[in-house]
Amino acid sequence: MLSDMAITRGFTGRRRTKDPRLPPGQYDAGRDWPVLNAEATPRLDTDRWTFTVDGLVDTPASWTWAEIQALPRSRYEGAIHCVTTWSKFDMTFDGVSVDTLLEAVEPADSAAYVMATSHTGYTTNLPLEDVTDGKAWVVWDVDGAPLTPEHGGPARLLVPHLYFWKSAKWVSGLRIMDSDEQGFWERNGYHDRGDPWLEQRYQGD
Amino acid sequence: MPTWQRATVVDVRRETPNAKTFRLKLPAVSTHVAGQYYVLKLTADDGYTAQRDYSVASVPGSDLVDLTVELLPGGEVSEFLHEVVEPGDELEVRGPIGGWFAWRGDTPALGVAGGSGVVPLMSMLRLSRERDPGLFRLLISARRPADLYYADEVVGPRTTVAYTRQTPPAYPRPAGRLTAEDVAAVLEPDQTVFVCGTPPFCDHATDLLIGLGVGSERIRVERFGPS
Repeated sequence: MLSDMAITRGFTGRRRTKDPRLPPGQYDAGRDWPVLNAEATPRLDTDRWTFTVDGLVDTPASWTWAEIQALPRSRYEGAIHCVTTWSKFDMTFDGVSVDTLLEAVEPADSAAYVMATSHTGYTTNLPLEDVTDGKAWVVWDVDGAPLTPEHGGPARLLVPHLYFWKSAKWVSGLRIMDSDEQGFWERNGYHDRGDPWLEQRYQGD
Repeated sequence: MPTWQRATVVDVRRETPNAKTFRLKLPAVSTHVAGQYYVLKLTADDGYTAQRDYSVASVPGSDLVDLTVELLPGGEVSEFLHEVVEPGDELEVRGPIGGWFAWRGDTPALGVAGGSGVVPLMSMLRLSRERDPGLFRLLISARRPADLYYADEVVGPRTTVAYTRQTPPAYPRPAGRLTAEDVAAVLEPDQTVFVCGTPPFCDHATDLLIGLGVGSERIRVERFGPS
């Protein structure tokens, strides 16, 4: 079974008892929460913050900070997985379900993909079915405290069943599309879907 | 995307007390652009794997690539590379990866590096020296002289080193954190600025750049850290 693998001379590795919550090739970052982004960290003012859903929808909608905070709250408790191989368990994020936001705009029948956008210009593409039915959130609190700018605050997208670059920091909206387009990291070689359990790290995986 | 390839370690060189450069011979010429990285994977005999990303320090156009690895305390991969790997060993790599933090050597650019963040910028400096030395400037923040990577090669007319804790004797700049004056002295119009280092270093450097009027669209950041 291992005949096609290149065994590294002398390597045994540390983590002998594999946590079943850990996808292949990932390790438990413990209390650390590494930061990775390709841009300067923006300082966004919630007084001028907006979140917009547009594209293939019946009625595009925009929420101010106060308006999105007034929507029914939704919580995610569980793990997150970064493509750079760390995973983090037992996290709690609070915000609003993407389902709640999509109910307000009613995506067209042809809607199949979304492009998440950030206030910095960052983009990432996702299949619509990966952000519906309780699988995605716009969150502003983590473990009971406001999300800091380096972790995407005041609010970020959260799609925890996919690699974390899909969970766009400083999220500004979702554009609903009928066909897939590539976002920032996807154009730069990363996978269009990014399922950590299938190790979809790069294009072609 | 590139698939896994087996590389042979042909040289191991100590850069600083905490950093070693591994020169790998690839099955084919590397297609990397300065600033890009490779994923390196270690496999145990029971199939357990660990993989990490390491930036390329060498120039494109060769089947030899230099990956400089900082020894991280408790780092499963970096400790193995530092303590066990020697010339003749085979390692699996995949790449090059990263099309954003990359410089093709034909536009003005400034690199701002903190500590081990100099690695991808060294590839840019080396490329500029081959192509057009006037296009690239490098500003490095290092703790003390012993911590400067590529010390015998990195210095030159287009390189500025700011030491934070201890300087060489009679060094014109006192030891201290990177300042706006340090950045202003190397800033030129139309430069794309590549910032690389720890997250706190990158935030400090980008704050200085933005304070000096550099638009965030001109700044590209690569944050290094335990990952």
